[in-house]
Amino acid sequence: MIFYAILLTPLLGIILFSFIRKARWAVSINLFISTVNFIAMILLLMRWQTTPSFFILHAHEQLYLDALGLIGWTLTTFIGMTTALFSYGYMLQNLQERRITLKRLQLYHLFYQSFIFSLLIAFSANNIGLLWVAIEGATLATVLLVSLYRTPEAIEAAWKYFIICIVGIALALFGTILIYFAAQTSLDPSHAILWNALALHAKTLNPSIMILAFVFLFVGYGTKAGLVPFHFWLPDAYSESPGPVAALLSGLLLNVALYALLRFQILTNLSLQNGLANHLMIVFGLLSFVFASLTLHHQQNIKRMFSYSSIEHVGIMTFAFGLGNAVAILSGLFYLIIHALIKSAIFTTVGNVMHLTHTQKIEKIRGLLKLNPWVGWLLIVALFAIAGAPPFGLFIGEVGVFLATLQTDPYLAIILGLGFLVVFAALLRYMQSMALGNPDKTAYPTPPIAKINLVPAGLHLLIVLILGLYIPSFFMQILKQAASLFIGQ
Amino acid sequence: MNANAIQLLLSALLLLTTFILLIQRRIDSMIYTYAWQSAFLSLATLAASFITPYQWDLFFSALLIFALKVIFIPWFLRYLSHRLSSKNPSDNATSLVARPFLLSMIASALVLFSYNLTHSLRTSTQLFSSNAIAIALSIILLGMLLIITHRKAVSHALGFMVIENGIFFAALILTRGMPMKIELGIAFDVLVAIILFGVFFFHLNTSIDSLDVDSLNRLREGTEL
Amino acid sequence: MMNRLLYSLLQTGLFVFIAPLFVGIVKMFKCWLQNRSAPSVFQCYRDLRKLFHKQTILAHHASWIFRFAPYLIFSITALIASAIPFIVSPSQTVGFTDVILIAGLFGLSRFFLALAALDIGTSFGGMGASREMTVATLAEPALMIAFFSLAMMASSTRLDIITTYLSTHSLWFNPSMLFVALAFAMIAVAETGRIPVDNPATHLELTMIHEAMILEYSGRHLALIEWAAQIKLLIYTILFANLFLPFPLINQLSLSAIGLNGGIVIIKCLLLAWVLVLAETHLAKLRLFRVPLLLNMAFLLCLLGLLIHVIAEVA
Repeated sequence: MIFYAILLTPLLGIILFSFIRKARWAVSINLFISTVNFIAMILLLMRWQTTPSFFILHAHEQLYLDALGLIGWTLTTFIGMTTALFSYGYMLQNLQERRITLKRLQLYHLFYQSFIFSLLIAFSANNIGLLWVAIEGATLATVLLVSLYRTPEAIEAAWKYFIICIVGIALALFGTILIYFAAQTSLDPSHAILWNALALHAKTLNPSIMILAFVFLFVGYGTKAGLVPFHFWLPDAYSESPGPVAALLSGLLLNVALYALLRFQILTNLSLQNGLANHLMIVFGLLSFVFASLTLHHQQNIKRMFSYSSIEHVGIMTFAFGLGNAVAILSGLFYLIIHALIKSAIFTTVGNVMHLTHTQKIEKIRGLLKLNPWVGWLLIVALFAIAGAPPFGLFIGEVGVFLATLQTDPYLAIILGLGFLVVFAALLRYMQSMALGNPDKTAYPTPPIAKINLVPAGLHLLIVLILGLYIPSFFMQILKQAASLFIGQ
Repeated sequence: MNANAIQLLLSALLLLTTFILLIQRRIDSMIYTYAWQSAFLSLATLAASFITPYQWDLFFSALLIFALKVIFIPWFLRYLSHRLSSKNPSDNATSLVARPFLLSMIASALVLFSYNLTHSLRTSTQLFSSNAIAIALSIILLGMLLIITHRKAVSHALGFMVIENGIFFAALILTRGMPMKIELGIAFDVLVAIILFGVFFFHLNTSIDSLDVDSLNRLREGTEL
Repeated sequence: MMNRLLYSLLQTGLFVFIAPLFVGIVKMFKCWLQNRSAPSVFQCYRDLRKLFHKQTILAHHASWIFRFAPYLIFSITALIASAIPFIVSPSQTVGFTDVILIAGLFGLSRFFLALAALDIGTSFGGMGASREMTVATLAEPALMIAFFSLAMMASSTRLDIITTYLSTHSLWFNPSMLFVALAFAMIAVAETGRIPVDNPATHLELTMIHEAMILEYSGRHLALIEWAAQIKLLIYTILFANLFLPFPLINQLSLSAIGLNGGIVIIKCLLLAWVLVLAETHLAKLRLFRVPLLLNMAFLLCLLGLLIHVIAEVA
C-alpha cells in the first residue's frame, strides 16, 4: 500500500500541475507533494526495519524493490523534497527577475514531478524493458528543464544533452533486447525480461550474447552517467541548467544511470563468471577519474568545475563497483549516497552564490564570506566535504575504496591516491579564491538571500557529517543487503 | 518464396535505405527515404506476424509503425523543416557529407564490422537470423554515423529515428518483438522524443537563426561567460 | 554433341537477331511513358537495313584499324551473346562460359572501339574515347567483383555452373545477392551507355560518350557498331534476368523446357525494359564528374555483397 502511495504521489503531482496556474500555489504544492512522498518513504523504511524483507514484488512481478532499489528510492524522495524546498524560493525569485515566465514555471513543475516519477519507476522496475523506458522518460523530462532559461547557451546545452543521451540510451535498449534474447532459450518469454528471473537463471544465459549485451548497456547507461569518453554533454548541461535542476541532475540522474549499470553488472557477472563487466568498469571508471581530476584544475566556470567533480566521483564509484570485493562494493554504495547528498547541496549553494554575485566565473567570485557568511560557510563546508576531508562521510567512502584497491590491485591504488590529492588541491585552491579575500564592491549590489534557501544544503551537509561520524545499524544493514546482491547470496 | 525469404529481402532493403539516407544531402529526400525505410520495417513486422499467427501484438505493432513512422513523423519533420527554413533545405557540406564515396566506404566498413561481431552469436544456423542481426546492428551504427557526419538538426533527428528503427528490427528478429507493454512504452518515448525534437527546432531557430548545429559553438572548455 | 552445337548456334542466331527488337521495345515503352506516339518496334531493323545499303565513307587518314574495328566489335559481341545463358540452360550447350573471359571480351571490344575513335584524329573521337575509358576503368573492376561474388557463391567462374547453382539454391532474397544485383544494374547502365551515365538518343557534344566515338562511322560500319551496341544491351538485360531474378532457367534439353524458358525470359526482359524506361524517365543525366561516384558506389555494393556472403553465408 505504502509502496503504491510513494509511486503514485508524483503522478498526482503531474495531474495537478496540468491545472494549477498560480505561481505561489504551484511552488507550494510541489513542495507539499515532495514532502508527502518523503514521509511515505519514511513509513516504508520503518516497515522494512520491522519486517526485514529481502525484497518486495508488485504488479505481476513487474515492480520489485530490494535494498539497492530502496537506497535509490530514499535518495530520490529525500533529494526531491529538499530540492523542492530550494526551488520554492529560487523559482519565485526567477519569476520576479523575469528569467522565466509563468508558463515555463508550470512546465518546470510538470517535468519536476515526471522526473521524480520516472526515477521511482526506474529504481523499482523488475522488468528491464520498463527500466529502460523509465530512464528514457527521465532523460526526456529533464531536457526541457535544462533549457528552462531559453538563452542560446542553455538551448545549446540542452540540445547536446538531448542528442547524446537519447542516442546513448538507444544503445542501452539494444543491449536490453540482447539480454531478452539471451534468455529466450532458458526462460519463457514472459519471464525472460524480468530481472529477478534473469538473476536466478543467469548461468543459463548465452555467454557470447551477454558479452555483447553488456558492452552496449555499458556504453548506453555509461553515457547517461557521464563516464569519460561519453561525458561531453555533462558539463554543458549542468552549467546551463537552473540551480535546482542541476541539483537534480547531479544528485539523482547520475545515480539512476549508475544504478542501471549496476543491475546489469550483477547479471553479467552471474552469467559470465569471468569478470569482464568488472574489468570494463575498472578501466572506464579510472579513466573518468583521472581525466576529470586533471581537468578540474583549469576551470573558469564554477558550475562546470563542479560538473567535472561529478565525473570524477562517478569514475571512483564505477571503479569501486568494478573491483567487486565486499569492501569495495560496500564503500561504493556508501559513496554513492554521500556523493548524491553533497553534490545536490553544492548545486543549490552554487545557485545561491550565483544569486549573490550574478556570475558563474570563478575569478569574479570573491570574498563570499564577507558578502554573505552563511553562503560562504556552506560553500566552504561543501567543498571540504566533496574533496573528501576527514569528518565527512565521503572520507570513509574514499578510504574504503582505497583499501579495497590495495587489497586487489596495489598499483592502481597509487593512481587513486595521487588522484585524491590532485582533486583536493584543486578544490582547496578554488575554495580559497572564492570564499576568502575581499569581495568586488564595484559589481552589482548583493541581494539578500532568504534563509529558507540555505536549509536544503545545510540539511544535506549535516547528514553527511553525521554519517561520517556514526553509521546507524539500520543503514548499515540495508547497505549490506544491497552489497550481498553483488557478491551473490 | 516463403515468409523468411520475404523478411530477408526486407532486411536487405532496410540496410540499403540506410545507405541511401547516409549519402543524401537534401533534407526532403532524406525524409522520404526514411519513410520508405519505415514502410519496409512495417512490412517486415507484418510478415513476422504471419509467421506466428497467434501473435496479434506484432500485427498491432506493424500498424503502429505505419501510423507513426511512415505517416506522422515524416510529415511532421517535413512540415517543420519547411516552416523553419526558407530555402530548399539541404545539409551543407562538411568534409564527409561532401564525399559520399568516402562516407559510404566507412559505412561499408561498419556493416562488415557488425557482421563480424554478430557472427559469433549465431545460436541457430538459420541464414535469415544471422543476416538480420548483423543488419540490425549495422543500421544502428549507420544511424550514429549519420548523426556524426550530418550537420542539420533535422538530419540528427532522422539519425535517431534510424537508430530506433534498427533497434526495433533487432527486437523483431531476435525475440519476435518486445512484450506489448514495453513496446508501447518505447513508442510513447519515441513520440515524446520526436515532439521534443520539434520543440528544439523552434528553439534553435530562434536562438541561432538556423537549424545548423555547427552554429552551436558557444559552450566550450574555458569559455568566457 | 551435334545437337548441342545446333542449339547453341540457333540460340546465338536468335539472340543477335532479336537484339534490335528489344531496343525497339524499350523505345516504344519510353514513348508511351512520355506521352509520345511510338515508332514501330521494328524501326531499328529498318534503320539497320538503311545503313547497310548506304555507301560507306572513310576519312583520308583512316587506317586498317578503323575499317577492321566494326567487324571485330560485332563478332566479339556476338561471341559473348553465344556464351551467356539465354533460353537454353548453358550446361546444355557447347561453349566456353567463363565470366572472366566475358569481361575480357567486353574489354577487348571496347579497346578497339576506342582505338578506332582515336584513329581518325578528330577531337570528338579522342574526347569520346577518353571518356569511355574513364568510365570503363571504374566499371570494369566493379563488374569483375560482381562476377566474383557470383563465382564465390557457386565456387566456380564458369557461367554454366553458376547458373545451375543459382537454380538449385534460391539465393535471390539474400542481402548479399540484392546488393550485387543492384550494383550489377548500375554497372550495366554505365556499360551500355544509358541515362544517367550517357544518353544514346542525343549528340550533345558536351556530354556524349559512345556517340562521340562513332561519329565518323557511316554505312555498314555504323550499322555493325549500332547492332553490336543493341546486342550489348540485350546481353546485360539477359544476364541480369537469368542471374539475379527468381524463376531460373530450366536445366533440360527439350523443346518444352526451351519454350517455357523463352516465355519466362521474355516476361523478365519486358519487366526490365519497363524498369529501365522508368529509371531513364525519372533520372536526369549525371554530370560526367559525378559518374565515378555512381560506379564507385556500384563497386562498393559489390564488395559489400561479396564480403557479407563470405562472413554470413559461408559456414
